[in-house]
Amino acid sequence: MRSQRFRAVMACLAVVLATACTKSEPSAPAQQAPAPQAPSAPRKNITLAVVTHGQASDTFWSVVKNGVNNAAQDLGVTVTYNAPQTFDMVAMSRLIDAEVAKKPDGLVVSIPDPEALSRSIKAAVDAGIPVISINSGSDVYKQLGVLLHVGQTEYEAGAGGGEKMAATGVKNVLCVNHEVGNASLDLRCKGFLDAVAKAGGTGRVLSVNAADPTDSQQKVSAALSGGVDGILTLGPLSSNAALAALKQGGSLGKVKLGTFDLTPDVLSGIQGGELEFAIDQQQYLQGYLPIVLLTQYKQFGVLPAGGVLPTGPGFVTRETAARVIELSKQGIR
Amino acid sequence: MRRILNRPELGAAFGVVAVWLFFASYAGGSGFLSPAGAATYLEIASELGLLAVAVSMLMIAGEFDLSVGSTIAACGMTISLLCDRLGWSIWAAIAVAAVLSLCVGLANGLVVTRTKLPSFIVTLGTLFILSGSTIGVTRLVTGRTQVGGLRQALHYGSAEALFASRIGVFSVSILWWIGITVLASWVLLRTRFGNWIFGAGGAPDAARNLGVPVARVKIAMFMTTSLCACLIATFQAVKFTGSDVLRGTGKELEAILAAVLGGTLLTGGHGSVLGAALGALIFGMVQQGIVFAGVDSDWYKVFLGAMLIGAVLVNTYVRGWMVEARR
Repeated sequence: MRSQRFRAVMACLAVVLATACTKSEPSAPAQQAPAPQAPSAPRKNITLAVVTHGQASDTFWSVVKNGVNNAAQDLGVTVTYNAPQTFDMVAMSRLIDAEVAKKPDGLVVSIPDPEALSRSIKAAVDAGIPVISINSGSDVYKQLGVLLHVGQTEYEAGAGGGEKMAATGVKNVLCVNHEVGNASLDLRCKGFLDAVAKAGGTGRVLSVNAADPTDSQQKVSAALSGGVDGILTLGPLSSNAALAALKQGGSLGKVKLGTFDLTPDVLSGIQGGELEFAIDQQQYLQGYLPIVLLTQYKQFGVLPAGGVLPTGPGFVTRETAARVIELSKQGIR
Repeated sequence: MRRILNRPELGAAFGVVAVWLFFASYAGGSGFLSPAGAATYLEIASELGLLAVAVSMLMIAGEFDLSVGSTIAACGMTISLLCDRLGWSIWAAIAVAAVLSLCVGLANGLVVTRTKLPSFIVTLGTLFILSGSTIGVTRLVTGRTQVGGLRQALHYGSAEALFASRIGVFSVSILWWIGITVLASWVLLRTRFGNWIFGAGGAPDAARNLGVPVARVKIAMFMTTSLCACLIATFQAVKFTGSDVLRGTGKELEAILAAVLGGTLLTGGHGSVLGAALGALIFGMVQQGIVFAGVDSDWYKVFLGAMLIGAVLVNTYVRGWMVEARR
């Protein structure tokens, strides 16, 4: 009994000591407005934070992350990159909250669901942290107090894909959505289907589970039986699955396939004529540029005059595929 | 003294202290110790805690509920759709969502008690049915998978005050968490119904022989769990002024995890709601502490898993140590 009381006392002491020690650490001063440093100021103590919605299994976001890391290395600044494990806006908003509590010199976010994320992003803006949005959110970034947006406008990108698809003569299309709940992807499909409808065709959305390629492939296979002659996938995960479904059904070449975003598989598919085109948004720049911009903003208070810095849409077709392939292998396109 | 040492939540309390000390020393300088930092993990812990308290009671009564994750999505979407599409008052929409959740709980409870099928399977089925209908109905009605615009809903202001306001930097959901934990603790430890819950999970046949309405107790606990899931949906829908069809995914496992961290046995008949609340606190601290520590999100799950196993070990070790010390 006595030794036990002794242990309890020691445990209490340890807790009290730890509290006293850690609390006395100085916290970083709040950065209310951009405070330009002297031109020669070292960048070593500039810390930036990136929070995106990209799932780890999505190769697209690996390229964004490569952009972030290369920029951080080139500039000599510290950057932390965070993303929720699943497409979960509540979890993402809490990652932003935590980063804001760390008071970074700048914050980069993607905004796939403005309703859910506005609270956290506004809190960052109110705390005086300069925020740049990337990838999704081109239509809402201004209302949230975000300085500028780096990415492509989703509806127009989808519509561009629709026009290109319609030009090949297809009449009945599918838009394969692999991230149900992402407003940007909904916009792409809407743009795509609107453009196809304008050209006199019809189409519908097919939702698949990105984390399960078998599920995606079988759903596309099943949908093909409805006389579909054109498919647009919204990312490499589902384009691979759609390609596999076409091969399995023996309709390769008969059904036109277009996709968003590049991977080595997609590029070799374009080269081999299995895919018609890929819509490229050069996401490497979506990772790289904000780090450069925020570093310059912190150092000198300079920033482009605002608006959307477009990184896409561009189209990669059979003619241009070869030179893109090399860069894709390096994780840059 | 002996009664304190015998409490199942003691290990969880030590786990809380250990996890807090770890992050305070490792990530203290980057904001983990600031009030804003504490607010971020307390908010996560409070919402998970609400659910974990109910889930631990259900587990003490000997059953599981895997459907709570999709109940969150279904209830959140019900609120958003009724307000956005039909222009209902947000309170009426919340009431309908609550009734819906009670029906889900009732259905789970009736199927489990009538058919004697394992609740693990029955509620897994409910999980899929609810999740699929939420996606299907939402897309059918709106053509999208997110519904927002709750801020324009009738009486939004009063709902925001109750579910989404802040006291300083702290979310009001923390008060709900504390309130519900106290209420549930009282029910479990001080009322006859609480005894019935332990009986239904620990020795159902003996309890039945003593006249405990085991089936009714279990059904009531299924309904309570569903209602708590609906409460989380309400918090998130009001706070984030809308819903998406995937919200709440995985919450069912997190809640079971928090309950187990808090000393609730997977086999039923033993456990504590205070422990479950502390388990949720451990979970929240680990989840946000990793961000404060600046760990790259690729490694996030490794840390989460390791810390959770560590916390369970501390929990178990402390309990064993206390049992020995008593002799």
